[in-house]
Amino acid sequence: MKIYHLVSTLVLCSTLIACGAKAPKSKAVYMLIDTSGTYTRELDKAQRIGNYLLGSLNSGDSLAMARIDSGSFSEKDIIYKVTFDMRPSMATTQKHRFKRQLDKFISTAKPSAHTDISGAVLQAAEFLNETQAQEKYILIFSDLEEDLVRGQIRDFTLPLVQVKVVALNVTKLRSDNIDPRDYLNRLDDWEKRVSEGGGLWRVVNDLDRLDKLLDS
Amino acid sequence: MSISEIIMLWSDNRGLSLLIWAIVLVTAMYLARSSAHQSIAAMARSVRVALRMSAASLMALEQRMVKRNKQVILQAGQESTERVIEREFQRVNTIVERDLSGYPAAQRTITDLINKIETDYQASNETPPSPPEWLEAVDTISRIEKGGDSTVSQVLQSIQETIESAHEETVKAYRKSSLDRLQVLKKMLPSWRGLSQTVSSMSTAVTDLSERTVFIDKQMEKYERMRRKDDQVARVLTSSSMTQFFVAGLVLVIALFGGVINYQLIALPMSEMVGGVSQIGGWRTADIAAMVIIMVEVAMGLFLLEALRITHLFPIISSMDDKMRKRMVIITLTILTILASVEASLAYMRDLLALDREALAQSLVGVAAGNVEFRWIPSIGQMVMGFILPFALAFVAIPLESFIYASRTVIGLATTSGIRLLAYTAKMTGQMMYQAGRITIHVYDMVIFLPLSVEQLVRNRKAALDIDDVDGIIVKSDETSGGVKS
Repeated sequence: MKIYHLVSTLVLCSTLIACGAKAPKSKAVYMLIDTSGTYTRELDKAQRIGNYLLGSLNSGDSLAMARIDSGSFSEKDIIYKVTFDMRPSMATTQKHRFKRQLDKFISTAKPSAHTDISGAVLQAAEFLNETQAQEKYILIFSDLEEDLVRGQIRDFTLPLVQVKVVALNVTKLRSDNIDPRDYLNRLDDWEKRVSEGGGLWRVVNDLDRLDKLLDS
Repeated sequence: MSISEIIMLWSDNRGLSLLIWAIVLVTAMYLARSSAHQSIAAMARSVRVALRMSAASLMALEQRMVKRNKQVILQAGQESTERVIEREFQRVNTIVERDLSGYPAAQRTITDLINKIETDYQASNETPPSPPEWLEAVDTISRIEKGGDSTVSQVLQSIQETIESAHEETVKAYRKSSLDRLQVLKKMLPSWRGLSQTVSSMSTAVTDLSERTVFIDKQMEKYERMRRKDDQVARVLTSSSMTQFFVAGLVLVIALFGGVINYQLIALPMSEMVGGVSQIGGWRTADIAAMVIIMVEVAMGLFLLEALRITHLFPIISSMDDKMRKRMVIITLTILTILASVEASLAYMRDLLALDREALAQSLVGVAAGNVEFRWIPSIGQMVMGFILPFALAFVAIPLESFIYASRTVIGLATTSGIRLLAYTAKMTGQMMYQAGRITIHVYDMVIFLPLSVEQLVRNRKAALDIDDVDGIIVKSDETSGGVKS
């Protein structure tokens, strides 16, 4: 009775310690930025999304950004990748560095001749699987119009098990205005490919709703 | 067989079937009336008896608990009074050791001073040298009429001069003697003052002692009343316990808020030490670490106050020898100071982290970070709070002890009240069940009122017939009264 409070606290702490450390529920986000043709004019929006991600992700989370160009299945296209340190101060420093790299990329990006989205998604899936994060996201900032170099083979199932693929700012092309079915077919095709690969598909065109971007 | 089928057992006509069922039921109830009445009454009685027995048991338990509570309260009161009396005796001991232990020396001083004063007094009493005895005779001769004889006149003149000279010498000697006496009296002044001071200090000590003894007498009287298990004292102690319970509870709530603020100060920077992601049992390790630090501070405070004998939660610490206790005081105080320093630095780190995050947030939204004036004020404030709060939390041991001791009494009172309420409820329920049984019997009779009415009618008729028969017999006997026909 006399030391009831003290004993109960000690018991609680012992029980908590006995439970053992749990795996952190970390997130891994891979953002693909289309740099083909006129889409480079949309890059300021990509910068906004990048800033949002830097503000949302915490220690233990991973973030990578890569451009989509003519041959995107390559590490060379990765702008910057990082897994945020467990210490909040270090994580903040990493975020500052990431932001500097992103700003540099946005200001120096050049349009690419072709658009290899499939290769970029494949590269992203590889990175995400390596992080072993619990929640994996691929954010595709593109009009989703794939324009492969002759000879590139990309008509296979993408390995996207438990990966959430979010298409951002899917702009309408000039041809879409003539026949909107092209736009809808493009979205349907990508949804089908993602679903076949075991992933979850989502489209977010309203960039004012970024707060729901990483919702489970 | 469903209920509907049972209802329609006698006829396809629901009304008719129900009527038959009613007749069957009423008949059955009428036939079983006596047994049913007995069963209902017996059941109601048994329930009432069982509940009354339960109530009696509960009341007995309540009485035992009241007695036990009283014992506990009186015991606690006795212990408390013993402590007070012990402390008073210690104070008396201190006074005696400090003031009255010097009594022999003071007495010696007083005696010496008195002797000195007496000697001085004697010295001051010495009479001045008187003029020679022949001087009176010479004075008389000098006052004789001179006549005309010059020789005689010269002789007498000479005698008169001698007398005056002797008188002057006497006056001079007297003045010198008076001056000496004055000097002696002057020397006595410090002795008087010393004497007065010694007596005054002894008087203060004795007065203080006298006050202490009055207080001890009161406490002893209270203690005696507790030993006699006086009800009034028990009531006073209970009331005091309740007050203590609420006051200590209030202080503990305040301390709890202090703990929460302390936790907020160190939880964020703690993630710099143990990582911001790892979890234990669904809780962030950094949060648990912050909580543990606060708990350790409270524990150190408990041990510190125990070692200082301010609280008495751990008898093993109170019973340690003084040397060990002093060591414990030093150790706990050192740990507490280290923890307070750690908290102060963590609070500073929290401020730095907050600044860093703010800068990042501003950078992400594209706003240039500006210099805020007097930014150091909250930093210093947080550091000071981080250093002060652990020491403030250390004192939580005092209200905690009061709360624990008082809660023993309050829980006892609450339990007895609960038991009393339970006993009352059981008694009331028993009585209600008994009355419900009686009502059920009446309702039973209401259901079978028809056969009962018929029975009553038959009985009345039979009774009327019996009365007629008796009347006839009486008439007959009257007619043949005494065997003589009128």
